[in-house]
Amino acid sequence: MMSMSTILEINQLSLATTNKKQLVTDVSLAVGKGKTIGIVGESGSGKSLTLRAIIQLLPPTIIKVGGTIRCESSCAMIFQDPVSALDPLCPVVRQVAEVVSYRQHLSRKTSRTKALELLALLGLPEDLKRNDRYPHQLSGGQRQRVLIAIALACRPGILLCDEPTTALDVTVQKQILELLAKLQRELNFALVFVTHNLAIASALCTKLYVMKEGRIVEQGRTQDILANPQHAYTKMLIDSVLHLPDLKGVIAGE
Amino acid sequence: MKMHMLNKRRIFRKGILSNRAAGHTAATVSISILSALLKAMATVACIIVAVFFIIRIVPGDPVKMILGEHASPSEIIQMRHSLGLDLPLGQQFVRFLHHLFMYGDTGTSIIYNVSTRTLIAERTPVTLLLIVMAIAITIVVAVLLAMIAATHKDGLVDHLIRIFPTITLGMPVFWVGLLLILVFGVWLHWFPVGGTSGGLFGTLYSLTLPAITVAFSQIPSLVRSLRAQLLDVLGSDFVVTLKAAGIPNRVILFRHVLRNASIPTLMLLGVNVSYLIGGTLVIEQVFGLKGIGSLLFSAISSRDFPVIQGIALYCAVAVVLINLFIEILSGYLDPRLKGDD
Amino acid sequence: MLLLLVSLAVFAPLISRYQPAAQNLADILRPSSANHWLGTDQLGRDLFTRLIYAARTDLRIMILAEILPFCTGIFLGMLAGYYGKWIDALVTLMTNTLIAFPFYLIVIVVAFASGAGERGIYITFALVGWIVFARVVKGLSASLRKQEWVASAKVLGLPDSRILLFHILPNVLPQAIVVLMTDMVGLLVAIVTLGYLGIGIAPPTPDWGTMISEGQTFIYSKWWLSTIPGFAVVYTGIALSLIGDGLADLWRRK
Repeated sequence: MMSMSTILEINQLSLATTNKKQLVTDVSLAVGKGKTIGIVGESGSGKSLTLRAIIQLLPPTIIKVGGTIRCESSCAMIFQDPVSALDPLCPVVRQVAEVVSYRQHLSRKTSRTKALELLALLGLPEDLKRNDRYPHQLSGGQRQRVLIAIALACRPGILLCDEPTTALDVTVQKQILELLAKLQRELNFALVFVTHNLAIASALCTKLYVMKEGRIVEQGRTQDILANPQHAYTKMLIDSVLHLPDLKGVIAGE
Repeated sequence: MKMHMLNKRRIFRKGILSNRAAGHTAATVSISILSALLKAMATVACIIVAVFFIIRIVPGDPVKMILGEHASPSEIIQMRHSLGLDLPLGQQFVRFLHHLFMYGDTGTSIIYNVSTRTLIAERTPVTLLLIVMAIAITIVVAVLLAMIAATHKDGLVDHLIRIFPTITLGMPVFWVGLLLILVFGVWLHWFPVGGTSGGLFGTLYSLTLPAITVAFSQIPSLVRSLRAQLLDVLGSDFVVTLKAAGIPNRVILFRHVLRNASIPTLMLLGVNVSYLIGGTLVIEQVFGLKGIGSLLFSAISSRDFPVIQGIALYCAVAVVLINLFIEILSGYLDPRLKGDD
Repeated sequence: MLLLLVSLAVFAPLISRYQPAAQNLADILRPSSANHWLGTDQLGRDLFTRLIYAARTDLRIMILAEILPFCTGIFLGMLAGYYGKWIDALVTLMTNTLIAFPFYLIVIVVAFASGAGERGIYITFALVGWIVFARVVKGLSASLRKQEWVASAKVLGLPDSRILLFHILPNVLPQAIVVLMTDMVGLLVAIVTLGYLGIGIAPPTPDWGTMISEGQTFIYSKWWLSTIPGFAVVYTGIALSLIGDGLADLWRRK
């Protein structure tokens, strides 16, 4: 069905806790190069765990019990809570620079220049350069931009986003989403977007996976799912979104 | 609800941000240092008062103690006069303060007839060296053990560390010293069992066992606190961010986790310094070291109370200064403590 | 564990055939034997007998010396926490001052100034021992004061004394008792240390501290004389802190 090369393919992935509680069952999905998919579902449905499994950072009490993950490019990840996702004691520029130097094998000085370039690309104010800012001195949106900069410093082929806008103001949410879309066009990475907000997912993704209780209950092209949901749970999700028509206008506008 | 709080906080932070932009950072830092300084000074003032009154509030007459129970009344009156104890309390206090600020000591030793400052200064090097060594050993061992325990949670070291404080809590520090003397001095002959030998190396060598003893009393509580902090930080989101970004574990542990975890433990070390100094004084007695501790005990047995007061004042002020230093240091380590919030 | 110790201490005269102070100069510094379980000391006194008689002295003083600081500490802590303001400032200043003096320094100095022996120990701990309790109780009652039921009790017109006595006190007491257990260990160690330094309990009354200091002279040949009393202290310490941990667990579960 897919004509372009698949960059990430998950086959029958199952995850469970060490004391045998099944959390994710038989999840399969595929992402094409430079494409965007969305994983939608309520909290506790196993979306975030699936992401963690891709980047091999499962919590120590959770193990992979079945399935394969084939990943043909480097991954990077953005997290839900930008407040706690940055080291509070480390100036943000240095945190980005550290990642640059480890991932791109550059000297300290070049890393710093690179890091500042990245931060500028993400629309962070110039004065980050002048005096070293600590995470607590930034706003939520600014911190999320720093996190995106850290992820981009890894030069990812796939960017995994774990509810990156949930903890933000609505207006800032929109800025971050637009930023992600812009970066994707420029840098051509694939995007795996996890959210419980169907509106955001449908605004951004070409393909949707709906997860419930650790299983994928429905998948398909975004328009198809929105127009003709099969599963009762998907219908419920669609019904619970109030402003869907407006947002569809936004996609068309883009 | 949560969102609401977050928003509120952000607005608050934005306010700070604009303040900062105007270049107030240096000012807020120095204000927080200033307030710490003021607090320390208030405590020092109270310490001076406490040291002055300590001999006077507790029952028992120092003069009778010095001269013994069978001293004649005229002897007592004469002694009182020479010590200035026959003056009204207020006047005594003024004299005490005058002496303290003019000469920096608490009077002349009754026994040695030299100023307490000279006496204490003479004994300081040994005690100071012992304390510094003890703190160094404490920090190195505590960090090492806590790291092992936190990175190998529920491993052998971790289990031992969790039961260790329960056992060591009831260990008198002098008895630990005795055990170490017995094992390393008497049985194994690795270390001298008392006194100091000549030369810098000799001194360090003979102070090793006492320093280990003092460190031993501090390590369990610090390891426990540091372990808990490390586990806390290891579970935090930013560690996942860094891991996801491909930073090696070793680098994350040393550069980010340890630093975050060390701040609360540093505060605990500040509280414990007082116990550490007290333990040092006792341990000097066990190992026969000529430091402030042995001066204290000879002063006690000869009822030389200006010297006792001097030592009390000196140690207490040292504790306050160390805590002040730690407070300022953690302000630099943790940017969040600098004034705002 | 503690029960064994207490019963050994209480029934000491029944268990041992010897008097703790009975000297037998024909039988000095003997190692363990059937007649003298743990051997004899430099004056031919039976070590085991002295050990359990010392438990009597030390445990009694430990408990008696803890009563006054426990009560004052709770009282001052509740006042400071409940009323805040200047009472709080005063108590804080007092604790800061006392805490600046190294614990053993102040214990040694006050014990010396008030005369060696039991009386000195009681006075010393009445002066310095309350800090620990005051700090814990202060924190607890300050947080209780902010809770709604205290506010509602105030609205109902209950006098402060009633709120403090019947509402705050029962809430802070469990925590204070847990602290009491660990504090008793510290106090016991302090008593023993004073005994060791010769400004605590005066010989010939048996006390673990004086026993250790007397035994130290013979550390080269009769090492057990100074080590065994120490193990008694450690044993008591473990027993008390286990009780403390147990109580803390019990109340946490409630």
